[in-house]
Amino acid sequence: MTAALIITRAGPAMSLQDMGRAGHLGQGLSRGGAADPLALAEGQALLGQTPDTAAIEMAGMGGVFTVTAPCRIALTGAPMLAMLDGVALRWNAAHLMPAGAELRIGGARAGAYGFLHVAGGIDAPMIMGARSAHLSGGLGALLQSGDRLALGRDQGNLAAVGRGLDVADRFAGGELRILASLQTEDFSAAERDRFTNTEFRRDARANRMGMKLTHEGAPFATAAQLDVLSEVIVPGDVQMTGAGLPFVLLPECQTTGGYPRIGTVLPCDMPRAAQAGAGARLRFRFVSRADALLAEQSYRAHLAGLRAAVRPLLRDPAQMGDLLSYQLIDGAVSAHHEGD
Amino acid sequence: MSEFPRIAAVGLGGVLVRFADHLSEPANRAALAFRRTVEDAAWDGVAECATSLTSTFLRFDPLVVEFDDLAARLNALLASRDWYDVPLPTGRRRFIVPCVFGGDHGPQFGAAADAAGLDHAAALAALCAPLRVMTIGFAPGLPYMGALPDFDIARLSDLVSVPAGGVAVAIGQAIVFPNLSPTGWRYVGQSALRPFQPGAAQPFLLNAGDEVQFRAADPDELQAISDAADPMGGAEVTAI
Repeated sequence: MTAALIITRAGPAMSLQDMGRAGHLGQGLSRGGAADPLALAEGQALLGQTPDTAAIEMAGMGGVFTVTAPCRIALTGAPMLAMLDGVALRWNAAHLMPAGAELRIGGARAGAYGFLHVAGGIDAPMIMGARSAHLSGGLGALLQSGDRLALGRDQGNLAAVGRGLDVADRFAGGELRILASLQTEDFSAAERDRFTNTEFRRDARANRMGMKLTHEGAPFATAAQLDVLSEVIVPGDVQMTGAGLPFVLLPECQTTGGYPRIGTVLPCDMPRAAQAGAGARLRFRFVSRADALLAEQSYRAHLAGLRAAVRPLLRDPAQMGDLLSYQLIDGAVSAHHEGD
Repeated sequence: MSEFPRIAAVGLGGVLVRFADHLSEPANRAALAFRRTVEDAAWDGVAECATSLTSTFLRFDPLVVEFDDLAARLNALLASRDWYDVPLPTGRRRFIVPCVFGGDHGPQFGAAADAAGLDHAAALAALCAPLRVMTIGFAPGLPYMGALPDFDIARLSDLVSVPAGGVAVAIGQAIVFPNLSPTGWRYVGQSALRPFQPGAAQPFLLNAGDEVQFRAADPDELQAISDAADPMGGAEVTAI
């Protein structure tokens, strides 16, 4: 029987995510995929997976999970409190999850989107080239309590756990670099200056389409924004609504729209943007195309180096009890697995 | 030198070729034909192409092809012919779609007619004229249709929620929502059309270039079509 992950209790906004569906912009379907693609790549590196492996994205809050066969898991993205049968698990690390053990993942301690990866991936049906839910497009749905998700076959070694990644903090807001885009010039120089000199906070209102920002002071507006022709939109666009309030558009954004965009966040800064938790402070800085290309090169090099950066977890002496219990469990599980 | 066509960068990995900054039928045809030509060229580093109303968009990998190189190639292609003079794509279809206008099925019909300066009969006649799908965008399968010059009215800054199959108008166009969606366009009618069928062999119902004509229906007829769960929304479809 195929191994399965059972969701005993689902958080309010959990969905299956991968790299999304590229190639359907002309039909109005944005790519979608993980809100934090870096967190997806980190989990794939920890478990030695291919880039198309799907994981569970947990917005704000995790859930309770069990597996029907022992498997390797990894936890990445927004750090959450994770307990496996009452023992705390490190974040940004790979662990062994024995059959029947209960994994409880709580609320995000920082950031917005946590990820639960299972080695072999979640073996959901491919629809139009991907397994990810595209919630705003009506493709797939949020995961629910009681869902039973088939797991793909783990090509790795069950013993390849107890490894971690050092991850720079991108979960507390900060500076987002933006490029000028189609409508940047429709905002006056004074408005653009005010935009880059304003400190924004991420509003609690956010979903996979976009996140609202709040700020003190007047709304940002262009002269004629209710009658401009609908034009292409890309993730990272900072769009001003009719009321002049900024939204940063995320992977499930619409593909075209008529509201003006003051600029576009660099792709390499989108993990930081998406992971800004409610209330996090954000600022924007315009950069040149040359600087943006350098930043992109550096980001791709970072992604390419993730697997090599995975290292054994150093054991904290204060957690020696865990170490002992896990070595025992590891042994028990391996024997059990071979006997299945 | 004409202001259009014009090339602009979109973020780090996008480039837009604009054929006009206002809705025009020749610019729409130009955008569709230019997209097809760029797709056929299959340039290295270009990941996909799309159109909006009067522009063609290319998504590319900025570490494989540089923006300036791409812009030079696009300029050469633009100069190679008169793109505003290209005919519409072949293989188009006409959809005659039952739709209930006004009342609970289109609560902003009256306000839209007033904003357009039309009495209700004239507004209904305008909405039931043949329209062309000029582009698909915003949401999966969502058609932007025109021309609807009588409804050249601005979007509203207060958004309303429109259900799947809902018909809304603004800035000289009509759209049909594939899913429940907030919009600043005015919600004037309700059809049973479902322009996006996730997982179906043909998930997208309409293509740019297709024709759509609404036929005024009563709520009972719409209910019967909805009960039949027909994604075509009771439309009569013919090749044109």
